[in-house]
Amino acid sequence: MNLISLVWNYLRAKPLNTGLNIFLLALGIAVITVLLLFNNQLQEKISSNAKGIDLVVGAKGSPLQLILCNIFHIDFPTGNIKLAEAERIVRHKMVKKAIPMALGDSYSGYRIVGTTTEYGALYKAELASGEFWKNDLEVTLGALVAEHTGLTIGSTFASAHGLTTDGHAHDENLYHVTGILKKSNNVLDNLILTKVESIWRVHDLIHGPTVTPVHPSSVVESVEMGDSIREITSLLIQYRNPLAVIQLPRFVNSNSSLQAASPAFETARLFSILGVGVDVLRGFAVVLILISGLSIFIALYNSLRERQYDLAIMRSMGASRRTLFISTLLEGCVLSTLGASTGLAIGHGVLWIFTLIVQESQKAGVTAAVFYSTEGFILLGSIGLGVLCSLLPAIQAYRTDIHKVLAGS
Amino acid sequence: MITTQGLSYTYRGQNKIAFRDISIQRSEHWLLLGESGSGKTTLLHLLGGLLKSQAGSIEVNGTEITKLSESGLDRFRGQHYGFVFQKSHLISALTVRNNLLMAPFLAGLPQDVHRVMEVLDQLGLREKEHAQIQELSQGQAQRVAIARAVLNKPTLILADEPTSALDDRNCDRVCDLLLEASAHNGATLLVATHDQRLKSKFKNQLQL
Repeated sequence: MNLISLVWNYLRAKPLNTGLNIFLLALGIAVITVLLLFNNQLQEKISSNAKGIDLVVGAKGSPLQLILCNIFHIDFPTGNIKLAEAERIVRHKMVKKAIPMALGDSYSGYRIVGTTTEYGALYKAELASGEFWKNDLEVTLGALVAEHTGLTIGSTFASAHGLTTDGHAHDENLYHVTGILKKSNNVLDNLILTKVESIWRVHDLIHGPTVTPVHPSSVVESVEMGDSIREITSLLIQYRNPLAVIQLPRFVNSNSSLQAASPAFETARLFSILGVGVDVLRGFAVVLILISGLSIFIALYNSLRERQYDLAIMRSMGASRRTLFISTLLEGCVLSTLGASTGLAIGHGVLWIFTLIVQESQKAGVTAAVFYSTEGFILLGSIGLGVLCSLLPAIQAYRTDIHKVLAGS
Repeated sequence: MITTQGLSYTYRGQNKIAFRDISIQRSEHWLLLGESGSGKTTLLHLLGGLLKSQAGSIEVNGTEITKLSESGLDRFRGQHYGFVFQKSHLISALTVRNNLLMAPFLAGLPQDVHRVMEVLDQLGLREKEHAQIQELSQGQAQRVAIARAVLNKPTLILADEPTSALDDRNCDRVCDLLLEASAHNGATLLVATHDQRLKSKFKNQLQL
């Protein structure tokens, strides 16, 4: 015998009570855990996807939409911008790098992105096999695209208009897979990358063989500067220096029909909107945890009444006051530790099931198989809660008057 | 073995109970007789260190227990005493075997399973080793309580009304076992009771 097995036997002797206490705490902890896992991963994804992009310039519309569409690829384009206008932005002295994006088509739900190789370089894309796109209509697939569509190097496919599988099919010009990227755990995994020119060709904006321009455009080199027909969706811009934070958005917004949106600002805004829901859930979890604490306290307090003879007998057998005090604290701690670890397990389990059911969450790169150090703190905090809830009963156990109890008065 | 001098106790708002001096030799079996309210339990608890004495001295096994610190007294109780009460007061969350193992654990002595089996054998409870407390009859429970009291081979066994909740047959059996177990383990036995059925079984009697 030892204190742990004594406490364990006490808990086992009341399976319903014990189960309820563990379940209550586990529920609260599980909600907190799911929020924690989801929120942390989402923020990590967002910051890794927006890394290196200081500003997105696109057609006027919702700035949040511009960010969601051009950085996270989960919304529709705000419209197109003329290549000539984009060139004006690229020429600005505060622009260090500008990557053109031509969006709008997809293949079985995966977006086709017309861009330059710099876009891949931005995310440090590496090839798993084949090579990067070089000529018109050649594509390189993100890892998940290849995995889910079954396309391999050498496959050809027709793109569809929009983001759905049933959009108008552009089947006159077929894309040709030349490479597949390594899994990068960012937005590239879900994209099909190609040249801007490929998009134009599919939409009949380029006919015949490519001709080398006399004055190449600063945005897309294969066309003449000042082209008035061809359009792109947006430009991803890197600032040359910190001063640009103030100057460039103002320049874009006031001097053209374009708009500029800052990923950092817009995602912060998005999180503050989502944050309300998260706060409500978190509050709910805290209430659950407090109730479970109260329930543990009541359970210990009640069982102590029933156990006053046990306590007195244990004292008569040589147990010190301290031993009784510790055993009661231990009981609270065992309950809360079991509750918290069950809660953490449930939290991960729920998220795992969620990722299985909701395909989008996999696309967003949310997984149940990550552990944050915060979870350790949750466990520690729960042990603290156990101590707190069992403190009063433990003091009561400490004060057991053996004579009074055993004399039956 | 036990000697007391000038022992008395006063409950708040009540008259002082003065006890006559006692002297009990090693391995003797004594019956402490008296009506309810005569102070039997108080005396037994004083002798057992369950109640802090107010006046007088109590020497047990050469140790003046009134001078021991609280934790010292806890340790002394665990190592020198075995208690049996009117009710068995077994820990119902534990099996018979674990109830018995609590005795050496709480006294800070090594837990010897062979010793548990030996004592259960002596008291005819071998097959109850893994039984839950709720499965025991009252007589069996009281026998387990005796087993728990003698397990650590205490030098002194104090029993407070150990038989008064039992019918005649069980009373006889429990009393015999108590005497037997004490003798077997060389322990001094002091039984406080108003149960007249025990009178014939003890040579040494002390009337309060």
